[in-house]
Amino acid sequence: MKLNARWTSYPYIVWMILFTVIPLFLIGYFAFTDASGDFTIANMEQAVKYIPALVKSVSLAAIATVLCLVLAYPFAFSMSRLSFERQKMMSMLIMLPMWMNFLLRTYAWQAILEDNGVINMLLNSVGLSSVKLINTSGAVVLGMVYNYIPFMILPLYSVMTKIDKSVLEAANDLGAGFFATLYRVILPLSMPGIVSGTTMVFVPAVSTFVISGMLGGVNNYLIGDLIETQFLGNSYDLNCGSATSLLLMIVVLITMAIFNHFSDEDAEEALV
Amino acid sequence: MTKGRRKLSGVYIALMLLFLYLPIFVLIVFSFNSSKGYSWTGFSWKWYKELFSNELILHSLKNTLIIAAIASVASTVLGAAAAVGVFSMKNKTLKGAINNVTNLPLVSPEIVMGISLMLLFSFARMSGGFLSLVISHISFCVPSVYFSVLPKLRQMNGNLYEAALDLGCTPPRAFMKVVLPEIMPGIITGFLMAFTYSLDDFVVSYFTAGNVQTLSITIYSMVKKRVSPEINALSTILFVVVLMILLVTNVRSIKKERAKEKKMMKI
Repeated sequence: MKLNARWTSYPYIVWMILFTVIPLFLIGYFAFTDASGDFTIANMEQAVKYIPALVKSVSLAAIATVLCLVLAYPFAFSMSRLSFERQKMMSMLIMLPMWMNFLLRTYAWQAILEDNGVINMLLNSVGLSSVKLINTSGAVVLGMVYNYIPFMILPLYSVMTKIDKSVLEAANDLGAGFFATLYRVILPLSMPGIVSGTTMVFVPAVSTFVISGMLGGVNNYLIGDLIETQFLGNSYDLNCGSATSLLLMIVVLITMAIFNHFSDEDAEEALV
Repeated sequence: MTKGRRKLSGVYIALMLLFLYLPIFVLIVFSFNSSKGYSWTGFSWKWYKELFSNELILHSLKNTLIIAAIASVASTVLGAAAAVGVFSMKNKTLKGAINNVTNLPLVSPEIVMGISLMLLFSFARMSGGFLSLVISHISFCVPSVYFSVLPKLRQMNGNLYEAALDLGCTPPRAFMKVVLPEIMPGIITGFLMAFTYSLDDFVVSYFTAGNVQTLSITIYSMVKKRVSPEINALSTILFVVVLMILLVTNVRSIKKERAKEKKMMKI
């Protein structure tokens, strides 16, 4: 098509440079300068002290991601084998909670897990003593799994609908049992879904401050909470906060690079 | 699949749906509770009445709707124009660079988007407020418009546009008459995505709002205080609204597909 309309993209290009590219570079600029704008590495030295919080964020997010994968995988597969109309209905049912504000979804778990919450009220009413549920790492992981599992189900489901029934039948006819079919046929074919689902769960989970703030209490201070308090909270320090964010971005970039590496390898294998 | 295995997968699907919906139903049930805590004391509309007399919530709902309307219209115009412009470019490197930059808001953590914009506004000595909120919302909404219009342009038959030119249309008129109707579904999808992203956003707004209250910021300040039963009522209303929208759009699309099938059968 000989459309001659390059100029219509210029406002967009200017916009993206101004409000996406420059702000990201500003993080780097603020991370390596002090309040008066001189170069310093003091912020980075301070940020390195937050590595324990970073490790905690990465490990909780990793656990949540693995749980999401384990829970979502059989679900997505079962869903992809339903009739067309049921599949439509199921994807609607998966999307419906996603459309609710995620603060409200997290608040729902707060209501359930609290010391005077639904579970403890139920326990008390049958004569059992209360259990400590909120303000634990487990509550944070639960909140992450609940909030982000649709991001795992949907990409898995969309690759699994493309797996033809006859491919599974062929595997079966050639003598592959359930586990052999799963391991040698379904798993390789669903790899792109696993990769995109994993990043879509891990990235928001590792950078969250709402879920840990609402369900984790003071003992589960994640890197996101640190950044939040440095930008809006009581330890206000834009420079140090930028350095901490830089640390978070490095972690995110490394994980994404690892996963992209995996998916590339698989693409190559599929070609061979 | 054997019968037993099918049954097993049915049970599993039901359990997962229970996991997804149980918390929401807990909120719905307790939105009708007459007391504040989580032991049932009787049915009441109390929290709904309080919700609708809560000035702060109504005010922030108004802000949220205004911001979403402005941001989604602006990002639809900006993003659709960008897709058309980039589509008519010939420089592959530039195209790739633009696509990569467009991907940035989609792949970077929300908190990073939020603080980077906050840094920009503080660097430019601009205090947070309505304008900074609208700018931020456009910035994270526009990529979804861009990526929903671009494939429509690629799918389009380029000869149509040239035919319109050959038949005497001026380029702008040919664009309006031929290209625009073809990419309209993409524009509408992009607009709806932008609108819902803007409505739903908390993290980016939180860092760029200054003193302006949006609905999610108000919700956040309320849930931080733990027990606030109006939030239960609000969740129930939002759930019903979303359910209605999804039901209407899905029933419509299923009906359309059925009509298509019938047509095919006649042929």
